[in-house]
Amino acid sequence: MTVASAAVLPSADEEVWRYSRIGELDLAAFEPAAVKSTVTGAEKLPAVDESLISRLVAGLTMHDSFDELSAEFNCTVAISVPSGIVLHEPIVVTHHIEGDAAALYPRLVVHGGANSEFTVVERFESSDDTRALVVPRLVLQADQAARVSYLGINLLGPRVWQLAHQQATGERDSTTLLATVALGGDYARVRTDARLVGQGATTKQVALYYADGTQMHDFRTLQDHVAPRTNSDLLFKGAVQDSAKSVYTGLIRIREDAKGSVAFQTNRNLTLSEGAWAESVPNLDIRTNDVKCSHASTVGPIDEEQRFYLESRGIPPDVAERLVVLGFFDDVLALLPVGELRRDLRARVAAKLHHVDSRAGATR
Amino acid sequence: MSTLEIKGIVASVAGKQILNGIDLTVRSGEVHAVMGPNGAGKSTLSAVIMGKPGYEVHSGEVLLDGVDLLAMPAWQRAQAGVHLVMQYPSEVPGVSLADMLAAAFRARGRGTNGLIAEVAAEAGRINFPVALLDRPLNVDLSGGEKKRNETLQLAVLAPKFAILDELDSGLDLDALRDCAKRVEDASNTDGPSGRLGVLAITHYNRLLAELHPDRVHILVKGRIVAAGGPELADELERDGYEAFSEGVAAQ
Repeated sequence: MTVASAAVLPSADEEVWRYSRIGELDLAAFEPAAVKSTVTGAEKLPAVDESLISRLVAGLTMHDSFDELSAEFNCTVAISVPSGIVLHEPIVVTHHIEGDAAALYPRLVVHGGANSEFTVVERFESSDDTRALVVPRLVLQADQAARVSYLGINLLGPRVWQLAHQQATGERDSTTLLATVALGGDYARVRTDARLVGQGATTKQVALYYADGTQMHDFRTLQDHVAPRTNSDLLFKGAVQDSAKSVYTGLIRIREDAKGSVAFQTNRNLTLSEGAWAESVPNLDIRTNDVKCSHASTVGPIDEEQRFYLESRGIPPDVAERLVVLGFFDDVLALLPVGELRRDLRARVAAKLHHVDSRAGATR
Repeated sequence: MSTLEIKGIVASVAGKQILNGIDLTVRSGEVHAVMGPNGAGKSTLSAVIMGKPGYEVHSGEVLLDGVDLLAMPAWQRAQAGVHLVMQYPSEVPGVSLADMLAAAFRARGRGTNGLIAEVAAEAGRINFPVALLDRPLNVDLSGGEKKRNETLQLAVLAPKFAILDELDSGLDLDALRDCAKRVEDASNTDGPSGRLGVLAITHYNRLLAELHPDRVHILVKGRIVAAGGPELADELERDGYEAFSEGVAAQ
């Protein structure tokens, strides 16, 4: 409790919190509580060594007071897949967010031993009337040549705030996939730092986000190339509707020793209503030469030419809009690590498309 | 038998008047060519008939079997039986031809049971590679593939009238023949909507060598300055548009 009351919250004056709603948070109104979490798919794995957990958690960069609060109040789930083990079914961690004015600090520690291969899905779920602050932390480590995929799914109710921080570290020749689907929450923020510390490591970051009503989704990403010949690729696609907002700011950092690295970053946003707002800020920080980098970002409404093309085939505006929006998300859905979830997530996206801008074609 | 009547159309785009009174009537089974130089208003005419946003019609009417098309949004015009084969069909990422045609069928209250087989059969008829059917619409298709794709949609949707906006532009001869032959077959064969009526808008007469129009109209500066049989296209080929442009200046 002392930590919570003493915490100095970040402010929107800091670049990494710019555009955020952090100024609205009254932390004292939330009481720390335990998180109800279930884990499936990890039954056959050996128990995780406490010293491993401590070592991995110690490597988590402490950015702000929420990291400190998590260190104090966390409920930790740890998964470690031993070297050489390949799991064909995903491990699913589900956090059932409950309570009224509860502050919850779920922490997920994921370790992939050398040459292991597996997927972890982390689901955040709550009912519509739950009022809570969720402060998740993810510490993910892929040892040499491990292939570790992570998918976070935010299905939180409309009165829940989420302030997430994720840190993934890839050792030599490892491959990490960090995917996020954000559909829920009132204000939901995910900060993801992907660090490539071993040469030849690869990381891919993917996100699908869709905010409506008064929701706000907020993403801060870092593709941090520390070692030579490392590869990163990022594709974030979002939609905002009604008076919803979204923010994407992303940085590619190629450090002095990371020669021969390749980094891509793409952020595309659809604004589906006049009152909706999306911000996209890509950044590069390149401290060596012999690298290949590109970034692209777009914010805008549905392409009128696409809409007209479909309408000219006799498709009404609401159906045309649905096709275009689902088509827009098609490539990110295809990149999600668990194929069986795609149909469900696609249906959830479709269910969000309740509004139709029924501008008729040119008439007199 | 259906009739598409274009009567006295005056239209502008971005505040500039492009069409200065167009009259044209096409009936089922007829192939009409509208030929004109760059800037004559050819694409504007097709956009106005289909109802593309951004075009303003000041006077005149477009009637399909007596029904006022200009009062309808584009999707209703399409359902009424007008189909536009586009000069530059849009890429629609993530939406396949099958998704789009299924939506178009459902919107018309048509079942989609035989759709895939029908699409495959039509693809074979115009040499459109079946492997491309699952691609997102027009994404990474060559110019020829896009026009075959457009022609395939026309064949499957089987409208009463087709507006071909520069079907031949950028098309290799094989693709041009395949597409033109399919359109001509539709105009000669009774389909679900009777025989297709065609309004082929084009700059060059190489399409017409394949499509064999019944009537040729010369469009210059937003007006039809001459109309006649197929021989008019030959005259145009010989004398160029300048001969007809002078006629406009004299009016």
